[in-house]
Amino acid sequence: MIRVLVAKPGLDGHDRGAKVIARALRDAGMEVVYTGLHQTPEQVVDAALSEDVDVLALSILSGAHPTLVPRIMELVRQNHMDDVLILLGGIIPEDDVEDMVQAGVAKVFGPGTDTNDIVRFIRERVKDE
Amino acid sequence: MKDLDDLKQGIFQGQKRAIARGLTWIEQGRQEGKLLAQQLFAHAGRAHVIGVTGSPGVGKSTLVNGLTLHLRHGGYKVGIIAVDPSSPFTGGAILGDRIRMQDSVMDQGVFMRSLASRGHLGGLSRATFGALTLLDAAGFDKILIETVGAGQSEVEIMQMAHTTMVVLAPGMGDDIQAIKAGILEIGQVFVVNKADRDGADHTVRSIRSMLGLTSEHPDWMPPIIKTVAEDGRGMEEVSQALFRHHQYLTEHGLLDRFRWTQTEHVIEQAVSDLGERLVRQARSESSWTKRVSAVGEGSDDPDRVAGEIWRHSIQED
Repeated sequence: MIRVLVAKPGLDGHDRGAKVIARALRDAGMEVVYTGLHQTPEQVVDAALSEDVDVLALSILSGAHPTLVPRIMELVRQNHMDDVLILLGGIIPEDDVEDMVQAGVAKVFGPGTDTNDIVRFIRERVKDE
Repeated sequence: MKDLDDLKQGIFQGQKRAIARGLTWIEQGRQEGKLLAQQLFAHAGRAHVIGVTGSPGVGKSTLVNGLTLHLRHGGYKVGIIAVDPSSPFTGGAILGDRIRMQDSVMDQGVFMRSLASRGHLGGLSRATFGALTLLDAAGFDKILIETVGAGQSEVEIMQMAHTTMVVLAPGMGDDIQAIKAGILEIGQVFVVNKADRDGADHTVRSIRSMLGLTSEHPDWMPPIIKTVAEDGRGMEEVSQALFRHHQYLTEHGLLDRFRWTQTEHVIEQAVSDLGERLVRQARSESSWTKRVSAVGEGSDDPDRVAGEIWRHSIQED
């Protein structure tokens, strides 16, 4: 069973996209932990650790990804969670995508992404035990 | 972290990552997970396990959050298992209990894990017993299990929790619903949450009058406590009631009996799992279509077919 944490770090209050993703992944047969809005990087990583998820899907629309994502990646490494697949969605300007990938994000999914593409990407990368 | 002994050491030291990975092993139900649970069992038995059940929307997660904060002030380590339903069609699940537990779960003395029911009926997950054993062995003093919350088939919590707490809210379903649900028989502590709303006293009165009709626990009269879990009101009273019930079990020598019936239940459950596997196996065989046709045409009966499938499986072992 593939387990995913859909997390909303930072201060933006829009989780429609995150909820659409959560439902799509559930409908694809995955177990999706959703933690709600306004999470600190510490909260996100603590939840991912406790829930032992295979995938951490971050949704950020506030523009704070240049600070939030590196901080989350730092905590991920500190906790030896190198086997977790990190995805990023929301509003990420084209120019920032490369930086996010450099920071450790496996893939950035922008607005208008077909949810089937996300499901496929996860299935390719995560071994379902 | 792949080695069983490393994992066990990490669990005994209360490391979150080890606990989390151990729970995954147990949930996956493979041999290594079974071995882990079995080895941890000898180190379990100290914790007070508390079940939290009730219909959806009464505030179970919020209550667990409030109670956890209160218990932490008392210095107790708290483990939380929250079960949510899996979709019977896709097997997927949305596990949302963390949303209302954000205040309490960051604490190092708290560990919270969401489990999906994975097709298991009864309001829990098949992994519940193993998960409890692990958290107990990891040194958590109080373990809270929040059930699915379907309200009408949650009897299994009685087998898993020393103390079952039934949560209700004013205006949520009438008296008859509660009787139908069989929810009164399973509770040792009743909580009327959202008690700042109209009708709370009415709900308390109806529970009290209906409890008067049952005599399940001759020596223990279940208390009924009003709470507003959102702002912590009533948490002191709830935790007192939980302590009193645990004390009651201890003083009356009931903990051993509990352990015995729980073990019986776990074995029964394992036998049912075996039956389910038998069904899956039989369906995957070529003879299945023939069997279904024979019963459908009236030339065979289901019980005889079942016996045949069973005997067949024994020969194969």
